[in-house]
Amino acid sequence: MSILIDRPTSVSEGGSRPSLVSRLKPNVESLPTLAAVVIFVAMVVYGEVAYGRIVQFSTISNLLINNAYLIILAVGLTFVIVTGGVDLSVGAVIAISSLVGVMLANQGWNPIAVIIAMILIGSVFGTASGVLIQYFNVQPFIATLAMMFLARGLASMLSTTPERLADDSPIRLFSTEWKVIDGPKINDLVTTPNVVIAALVVLVAFLVLHRTRLGRTVYAIGGSESSALLMGLPVVRTKLAVYVISGTLAGLAAVVYTSKLGIAQNITGVGWELDAIAAVIIGGTLLTGGAGFVLGSVVGALVLGLMNVLITRDGGIPPEATTIITGAILLVFVLLQRLVVSRKRKT
Amino acid sequence: MAITEPIVEMEAISIEFPGVKALQNVNFRLFPGEVHTLMGENGAGKSTLIKALTGVYKIDSGTISVLGAPRAFSGTADAQSAGISTVYQEVNLCDNLSVGENVMLGHEIRGRFGINWKKTNEAAHDALVGLGLGDIDPRRPLSSISLALQQLVAISRAMVSRSRVLILDEPTSSLDANEVEGLFGVIRRLRDQGVAILFVSHFLDQVYAISDRLTVLRNGEYVGEYMTPELSRSDLISKMIGRDFSTLAALGSNRGRAVHATGKPFYSAKNLGRKGFIDPVDIDVHAGEVVGLAGLLGSGRTELGRLIYGADRPDTGEVRISDAITEVHSPIAGLSRKIAFSTENRRDEGIIGDLTVRENLVLAVQARRGWARPLSKREQGDLCEKYLVELNVRPADPERLIKNLSGGNQQKVLLGRWLATRPELIVLDEPTRGIDIGAKAEIQETIAALAGEGMSVVFISSELEEVVSLSERIVVMKDHRKIGEIVNGPDVTAETIVDLIATEGNVA
Repeated sequence: MSILIDRPTSVSEGGSRPSLVSRLKPNVESLPTLAAVVIFVAMVVYGEVAYGRIVQFSTISNLLINNAYLIILAVGLTFVIVTGGVDLSVGAVIAISSLVGVMLANQGWNPIAVIIAMILIGSVFGTASGVLIQYFNVQPFIATLAMMFLARGLASMLSTTPERLADDSPIRLFSTEWKVIDGPKINDLVTTPNVVIAALVVLVAFLVLHRTRLGRTVYAIGGSESSALLMGLPVVRTKLAVYVISGTLAGLAAVVYTSKLGIAQNITGVGWELDAIAAVIIGGTLLTGGAGFVLGSVVGALVLGLMNVLITRDGGIPPEATTIITGAILLVFVLLQRLVVSRKRKT
Repeated sequence: MAITEPIVEMEAISIEFPGVKALQNVNFRLFPGEVHTLMGENGAGKSTLIKALTGVYKIDSGTISVLGAPRAFSGTADAQSAGISTVYQEVNLCDNLSVGENVMLGHEIRGRFGINWKKTNEAAHDALVGLGLGDIDPRRPLSSISLALQQLVAISRAMVSRSRVLILDEPTSSLDANEVEGLFGVIRRLRDQGVAILFVSHFLDQVYAISDRLTVLRNGEYVGEYMTPELSRSDLISKMIGRDFSTLAALGSNRGRAVHATGKPFYSAKNLGRKGFIDPVDIDVHAGEVVGLAGLLGSGRTELGRLIYGADRPDTGEVRISDAITEVHSPIAGLSRKIAFSTENRRDEGIIGDLTVRENLVLAVQARRGWARPLSKREQGDLCEKYLVELNVRPADPERLIKNLSGGNQQKVLLGRWLATRPELIVLDEPTRGIDIGAKAEIQETIAALAGEGMSVVFISSELEEVVSLSERIVVMKDHRKIGEIVNGPDVTAETIVDLIATEGNVA
């Protein structure tokens, strides 16, 4: 029996360390993620050369502060998409969660209770999707679409006008700006608790995906659900868990977004699920499941955020073109993934 | 070996599916340190018995005890935690993960910060070393190693969960001879460590090479348990098919039949070909003649068969049927000229799994009549009755979904589908591939009988012996062209064809 060692391959994620050389050598699966990083860097360089004032504290701070909610959503969707599923409900969940949150806070609820309630609303919708998918054998697309309509409809029943959170509400403390480095004039490196929350979410998600059995089962399901089942892995529990995680993170994203804007409305978050899915795909996660990285999704979210910054800076590009550019970038990445998948088949 | 207590004991197991008794009073014992083969034709109940043991199917009566205690598992995972692991025919691993992860999934070694990958990979390495696979780096992606090695990785995985019982369901079907030898080395090693191994295979040679004990099933019934060395092959086959071996041995008498290749052929094609598909070929088929198409895989056998039927449109050539020039450029044209084609790709191009046996059977007849004139229930019933009995389809239940039949029986239904159109020429592409020996013999008999009744048959098979034993003339294909034609006779053997293919290769 011959053992063909055709190419040394590195362990991409969190594995024990082989030699430095093989670690630096990208493997096929991390290629789209690397490409996302390259594109991000290229956008930064182009922006700096063409418009200036990109590589500076205030721009970086704003990029993170403005996209904290998208990063959290993208992390949640990474779990779902790695299993081969999808969650379309997250945008609508943000609407209902933030509306309920603002209304409860204005009723004089304890802010901590309000925040917990907002997160739990997300968990409930996630659990409902998971139960529909796992126990009623509904396609993830359909189940989460139903949850999307439900959440959006409930939000519209609550209110169709913007609900304003009182400026002195403790919930708004999450968007307090902390000056980390005091730069010249207004060019300071600032951060907010929201950004810290997003960073913690990313860190925990990374550890869960790469260092727990739950995380590895998520990848195994994405690779082959029937194999995972036959291997005796807890497939049902895990698939339920990814939708709960995605819903819960949508609830958390609602907290982050509401605290930043101070306004909740029934039309908040329309299409954000698609932004988050785009971020995940651009970040190199295969839509068919089985491969992808949380950090890639973060880069994907930042690519989308930076694109908006560049379009604003340019001034000449009509804002309507934003979606076209997003679509184009997405298409490039999906084509890149096709290439990866076809190369994988050949090996 | 027989002194110890059995680790698994199944007594009087019965399972009934709607309308079928899948297992009736089957007994099975498995001892530690032995390889026990489960034998039976397709549909005899081997898979059902395995699924009963692992809890995938619920048993209707009988007892299953493991280590002397009665058990009823709720599924694969439950059986696995009791030390019973199963490795399936198709490798059930995740090829997006590394070799080590596949070995260790669900058993990763955890430290304070979650999974400790260093220790996990070491443990995977140890498990691989245990099977003599120490030179596979557990960090390599699973997709980078061969299918045979993946099979062994699946076995390593079973060993990590400290399995005392290992079920190998047709593990060798996609392996070559060397790989099978490697697998057997591993199996022997595990057996010597005291693991009880349940082995299922269609290949008699392999069964005799590896197993200590045999249990034979037939039609869901228990035939008996035997020590392998004490049971001759012909006895084993008779027990599996419940018939005398001489019926099978009588095959091969076909070539003594009168040669029909005189006079005007029923079907005659000159320069039949399709660009980029097959070079122009001349082929004649007489009434009552079996013409074999022989050649290696990818030699153009199937392509020629498809052109004859019109499944693919020929772009050169002249076809005469009963001496009249005609064109066969679509399946419907083929059908209306009384040509039928049974595909080699039974699952994708043959059966429609979610339709019943009856619906599958009447499909071609209905297609030829056109959908405006549906067959009445009675006509359908008559067709089913005739062909299910004639071809000995089991179970002979026209309302069963065809996907629930064994491969051999599906093939019989397909044959019935085409015979029901009353063709004068039938092209059979690999009608006996992947089906068990009994059904194979029946299909071979049927082919011989059809030719005897005057039907023209084009018979395609990769088993040269089969082609030689059934055909009167053999068209030999290579590299998408016809390289020769052999009139079958007493001194023609599989070797003759192999020689022709080999020498032609030197010329070209």
